[in-house]
Amino acid sequence: MADKNSISDSGKGNVLNKEQRVSFRSFFRYRASDIRFEIVGILLLLILWLVAGWLFMLLPQSVSGQFGDFLPLPTLKALYKLVQESRFWNSVAASMTRVFVGISIAAIIGIPLGLITGFYPTLRNLSYAPTQFLRMVSPLAWMPVALIVFTDFESAIYFIIVMATVWPIILNTASGVANVNSMWLKMAINQGSTHVQLFSTIIIPASLPGILASVRLALGVGWIVLVPAEFLGVASGLGYLINDARDTMAYDHLMAIVISIGILGFTLDKIVQTVQSAFTRSWIE
Amino acid sequence: MKIDVHNVSKIFPRFDGGENIVLDNISFSANSGDFVIILGESGGGKTTLLNLLAGLDIPTSGEILVDDIEVKGIHPSRSMLFQQPVLIPWLTVKQNVAYGCRLRRDLDNLEYRVYQFIEMMGLSGFENAKPASLSLGMAQRVCLARALVGRAEMLLLDEPFASLDTFTQSHIQEELVNIWLSEKFTAVFVTHDVNEAVLLGNKIILLGGYPGSVCGMYDIDEPYPRSVNTPLFKEYRAEILVNLKQAHVGNRKFFESNNSFDRGGVDHE
Repeated sequence: MADKNSISDSGKGNVLNKEQRVSFRSFFRYRASDIRFEIVGILLLLILWLVAGWLFMLLPQSVSGQFGDFLPLPTLKALYKLVQESRFWNSVAASMTRVFVGISIAAIIGIPLGLITGFYPTLRNLSYAPTQFLRMVSPLAWMPVALIVFTDFESAIYFIIVMATVWPIILNTASGVANVNSMWLKMAINQGSTHVQLFSTIIIPASLPGILASVRLALGVGWIVLVPAEFLGVASGLGYLINDARDTMAYDHLMAIVISIGILGFTLDKIVQTVQSAFTRSWIE
Repeated sequence: MKIDVHNVSKIFPRFDGGENIVLDNISFSANSGDFVIILGESGGGKTTLLNLLAGLDIPTSGEILVDDIEVKGIHPSRSMLFQQPVLIPWLTVKQNVAYGCRLRRDLDNLEYRVYQFIEMMGLSGFENAKPASLSLGMAQRVCLARALVGRAEMLLLDEPFASLDTFTQSHIQEELVNIWLSEKFTAVFVTHDVNEAVLLGNKIILLGGYPGSVCGMYDIDEPYPRSVNTPLFKEYRAEILVNLKQAHVGNRKFFESNNSFDRGGVDHE
């Protein structure tokens, strides 16, 4: 201690600051996915929410209006009520089903396309421009088309989710294939592998981690377009609940649904991430 | 398997439209059961020559005959061993060894053969291990077992021990010679290590200069296992080094004058 004091006395006080910084960092020095980062991050978000709400409350009543309902406390109260309603859980089930069915269809279309375009350079070059072009069109832009093509709203929602998720699946699967160790291919060819066997014994198994990663990405995108897609005339789902809450001006309710959409999406991603990393590890170890 | 290489040249196109002559008029032959060493400096076209022998590539001119049949593509009887062991990480040792045979539906008695070669390679107990848990030397032995289980009659080895430490290297070299003596396959072994060449080969093809051409051939009839300390070993070693140096000087002349270069009048045997 005496040493430190003498240093700071001699005008080099930043040595002490450095030590404090080091001990603060030691809290975070674990891997990036450490649960402590996530808890602190969420807490920071909550504080930001409180501060933003409080700033709005400073505005005159005519402007701030019903912003009180958007604050954490009323929202959490509404959320508590919400999770006890069967209507909410039915909507969650409906939304989940739509996402899973949509992504399954996208995977059935996208994975084979990704495998083929990833392996054959000619096809990769040919498909690059169309894929990038279609990828850049917002899936919601297809909404009118979907409503013309499909007579019922349910199919239109599936169509929109597929349009949103098939591109990340194709692109990531293809990049997974392109990254397959070329020595494995050389070895397999030298061992007498046919073209089909090259796919079944090397390319597909080697791309499985990349395919899982693409499904995880698709889940994120699919979950995002789901809510606006459910603004279409369906009578169930989280997007429908948001619309409903807006129409009845139940803003605390609306906010609670927003929060639950976030929590559900976060949880889904966590589950796929866990499966993905466990699988990837078991694949090589 | 008998090897006959007649006037083989290999030219790769360059990005600027020019030509990159890698191999120039290579000719040599080897008998069935020979341990052929292709010795030369890095970038000298050794691996290209090996690829041609394997059938992974075709010569620009000239022809390669194996057992009097021209090499036009890969064949499982000619199996390659690469510088880094190439194993499939999601398969166990046992499955990796059986991989080639399963591809070719060569299934009779496969399980027994796999265990036999795993044991021969000293890998008993690791049958169900994944490649990630093996050392480099062990992984390379798994590759060797995979080639031998597939009844390879010719092994094409591309500096297979270059990435191993000295102890593992000398151990596995000895093993390779023992397996070669008992299994009687033809080996074509690419290396830049003169000691390794004289320790292992009974026929050394010296590849040197630019573009790569044969600048020396040696038949070494010493019995195995060989030692680096015998006078004959030192004699071969010295002679090869002189030859390589001369090829290298010729190589430099080529770059300086860009005339047709003099190989230094190296002729041997």
